[in-house]
Parts: sequence; structure tokens; C-alpha cells
Amino acid sequence: MEEEATKYIWEGAIPLQIKLHESEITSFPPPPPLMILGLRIGYLPLLVPPLKAHFSSTLPPGTDNVWFDYKGLPLKWYIPTGVLFDLLCAEPERPWNLTVHFRGSPGDVLTPCEGEESVKWSYINSLKEAAYVINGNCKNVMNMSQADQYDLWQSLLKGNMEGYLKISSRLKLGPFGEDSLPSEASETVASSRPSRIPVRLYVRSVGEEIVDIEDAPIIDSWDKISYINRPFEIYKEEGGYVSLKQALKSLLPETFNTNSSQEESGTNVKDPNAPDFEDDNAKLRLVRVQGIEPDMDIPFFWLANCLRNPEFYLHICVFISKQPKLR
Amino acid sequence: MRGVCTRSGSLSAADFYASAIYFSQRWNETNSDFPNWVWIPCSRLGAISEDEGYLVLEKIKLQTERNDSNLEELNNCDSSANDDLTDEATLVDVHSHDAHLYDLHIAYSFTYKVPVLYFRGYKSDGCHLSLDEIKEELPSHSVEILQKSKWTFMTQEEHPYLNTPWYTLHPCGTGDWMKLLLSSTSYGENISLIQYLPAWLSVIGQTVGLRVPLELYSRS
Repeated sequence: MEEEATKYIWEGAIPLQIKLHESEITSFPPPPPLMILGLRIGYLPLLVPPLKAHFSSTLPPGTDNVWFDYKGLPLKWYIPTGVLFDLLCAEPERPWNLTVHFRGSPGDVLTPCEGEESVKWSYINSLKEAAYVINGNCKNVMNMSQADQYDLWQSLLKGNMEGYLKISSRLKLGPFGEDSLPSEASETVASSRPSRIPVRLYVRSVGEEIVDIEDAPIIDSWDKISYINRPFEIYKEEGGYVSLKQALKSLLPETFNTNSSQEESGTNVKDPNAPDFEDDNAKLRLVRVQGIEPDMDIPFFWLANCLRNPEFYLHICVFISKQPKLR
Repeated sequence: MRGVCTRSGSLSAADFYASAIYFSQRWNETNSDFPNWVWIPCSRLGAISEDEGYLVLEKIKLQTERNDSNLEELNNCDSSANDDLTDEATLVDVHSHDAHLYDLHIAYSFTYKVPVLYFRGYKSDGCHLSLDEIKEELPSHSVEILQKSKWTFMTQEEHPYLNTPWYTLHPCGTGDWMKLLLSSTSYGENISLIQYLPAWLSVIGQTVGLRVPLELYSRS
């Protein structure tokens, strides 16, 4: 089952329609947009070579400084393409219409990207971070040979799953869960060492009055999104299995304050499709992982093992609504 | 979870918060002529966190190469004399019209369970300094530390709470050197985790030319 899931993830792609920003078009008629598939597990700057080839004849003179925007929002290039899509398109847009710029990257808002090397560095850094979360150290990643690092990166670039797995399996970073053992003795007793899963949460708030999540307004600033890069931790003695619902509650404690003494809202119409915690400050409207809306009772470890990205991070997009407070 | 063993070199989020509050209080007490460190609570989706946030020290002049020559003159004076000498912020480069200012933020890394320094520099016209421009300014020993140390290096990353790019000292080696620092004889057995940040800053401060007053380390 997990192998099938991995294949699904590697094959996942977003159909993109990328146009050049009008300020950079120097030819008439203007060039058509480029239709291209963006791998869900890939990154937008990796599409620059075909984009450059397509638009080069019309670009103004100057050095390239590539960046992308979706409806005016500059896109963070180090977030996987699939995650950007799941997060920013409440209603999945097919194809996804993006704008590419080759000049004037907004350096006060966007960390600069110097092409493939920047993306590779960011990727290896995330892999190192994931290794640290899982094992308590990043030795296995630091000790990768140059050749292995190169092959790993090339496999990701080309969407070559087998090639990638051959190398990544040697890092011994999975599977998550009760069957994973600590890789080295720690100062504390092994059984009291928590299991940690690398998670990146992207949370956006949607007004209560929005009935259909697909009508959520377009995001015009990253300040409207909460990014939470925090491992999910669980001690084995806590027993049983943790559901996705429980994991999200523990990662967003202020948002879902179950200790509050608020009364349940009697006027809420219960939407059978929405996962919700009616006694909390906020209502979970939508959860997306790899384009899927998982069942809230799904075992979290199993979800993480199946739907994590190749760098071992589980990226989860969450849409919430604030509950009206009752006195 | 509190009370993480100091021998590991890391600390829990709750301990980071406690240490941050303690550190900022001690700093403000011992360094009254310097701007204060301020705790900014993390505000997420309208909910303000009780114990998650970061420390900020903004618009300050660091002990840079440009300022060093002025500072040497001061250090040659009798150090037991007057309080004027502690006022480094105003004594240095008063007449310089192109003084560079810095913002320093200290946030907690949930992955590495250690504090992380984020910083950026500005020219007097508000323009951001590039990493190369910053490195040119840093005291030479700090550039040496950065070049030779396998434990710390500067990169540009997104601030964990603000959606802007900042320079940072990568935290992956912090646990290792803090472990050594905390186990060294000068700290002894009695160090409580509340002292973590001052200890950490005594090392990190050197890499960016931030002077930490010695009085801060004496128990209040």
C-alpha cells in the first residue's frame, strides 16, 4: 500500500499555464503562455530551463532573476509546487494560471533564488532537518557522498522514483511510528524518547460566512497564512494510535483550545462533510495533503508514511474558520 | 516539557521562553543605556500565544570594524571610572552620517530545540545591507569564526514569524557546542536552564559583534 502511495506522489503533477509578465514582453505579437506539468514534489524554479527557452526571444536585455506570482502574490520558491497549489487554490484551478518574471525579484519579500543550486541547497537542508527530527542528528545526511547527493538530486529533478529510493533508503529515515527504533542510545531511557515526525503546516483562515470553501477569497499576502514548521511528537506510553484530527489539535493548540469553557453553538448547521470540533475556538474546514482530503480519523503515522514528500516532510494545508464566541 | 537535561545542549520551548524573559530582564538591568530586548509574542490566526514568540533588539550599532577604532580609545581609559563608558551605543560614531544599524531577533527552533539568531543590517537611508557588506563590517575574529567553524555558518532564510528574508546563523551545530559550553568548568554543575540564553549569546554575540556586558552573567 505504501509503495503505491509513493508512486502516486511521484507521479502527481499540476498542469500549469505560465505566462510572461507583460512588462517583460518586447515582441509583438506577445508570446503564448507555456503549458507545462509541474511535479507536485518539485519546485517552480526547476521549470526555468523550458520557460527560458520558450520566452527568451522576447525578454528585454539584462540578467535573469526569475520569480513567479499567482494573482499578484509572489510565490515562495522553496515550497513544493503541489503544496502551493493545494494551499492557494481553494478551488483547484486546471490549468493553474501563473505568471513568470525574469526581472526585478521583490527582494524585500522573497528570499532570492539563484537557480537550481539554491533549490538544491534548500532541499538538502530540509532533508537534514527531517533527519534531525527523526533521529536526533543529521549525520546520515551530512555523511552522504558527493556522488550520492548528486544522484539523489538528479533523481528528484527527473522524477525518477526508483533511483531516488535506492539512495534515500540508505539514510534509514523511515518508516515513522511504533516500529521505528532510536538509532543510537540517548541520555534518556529509550522508551521515554518521543517519536518525532517532520511536519510543515500551512494554515489559512476563512470567514465563517463562507459556506463553500471553494469561494474563499484569493490570498494577497503571505501574512494571511500561518506557516508552522514544528515536528509532531508523541510518547509511546500514550498508547493507541493518533488520528489526523488529534495530531492537528496538538500542533495548533491555541487555535483548538479544547479546555475552553465555551458552550457549543446551537445555531451551527452541521455540515456532514466538514471535519469539525464544535467545542473549539476554531472549526476545521478543509485539510489537504498531496491534493487529497483525508479522513480525519486516519492514523496519523500511516498518513505520514504514505503521503510524505521525498525529503521526509509531511506538508499539510489546513483551512479553518473562527467560531463565533458565546458568553 | 520542562527540565530537559542541559547535558544535551538543547532546551524545550518552555525553557526558551523562561530563559528569554530572564535574559531580557537582566540585559535591561545591566545595560540601561542600550536599547532593550523585547519579547514579541507570536500571533497566529488572531490568537496570541502565551509562550511562543521571539526576542528583538532593533536599530542598534554593533561593534564593527568601523566602530572599533573609536572603541579602542575608550578601552584604554581607566575602566573603573564613570558610567559614560558603558554607553557604547551613543559614544561610538556619533558623527558618522552613514552609520549602519542592525536588527537582531532570537527565535526558537522546534526542530533543533535551540535558539536561532536572525539579523539584518541597514544603511542610514534604510537600504538593506547585503551579506557581503555585512561580512566586511564584522570584526575580523568573527569572520574567522564563521569561516573556520564547521558549527556555524550564515545563510539567508525566511524569518519564522515574519514573511521576509533575514540572515541567520544555521542552528544545526548549536546543540553540539552548547553541550560543550554548558559542561565546561566555568559553568559547573549548578547552571539552570534559565541561564541558557546568556550562555548562548556569549558565543553567538561574538560572531556578529554584539557585546554582552559581563554584569549580565552574575547572579542577580
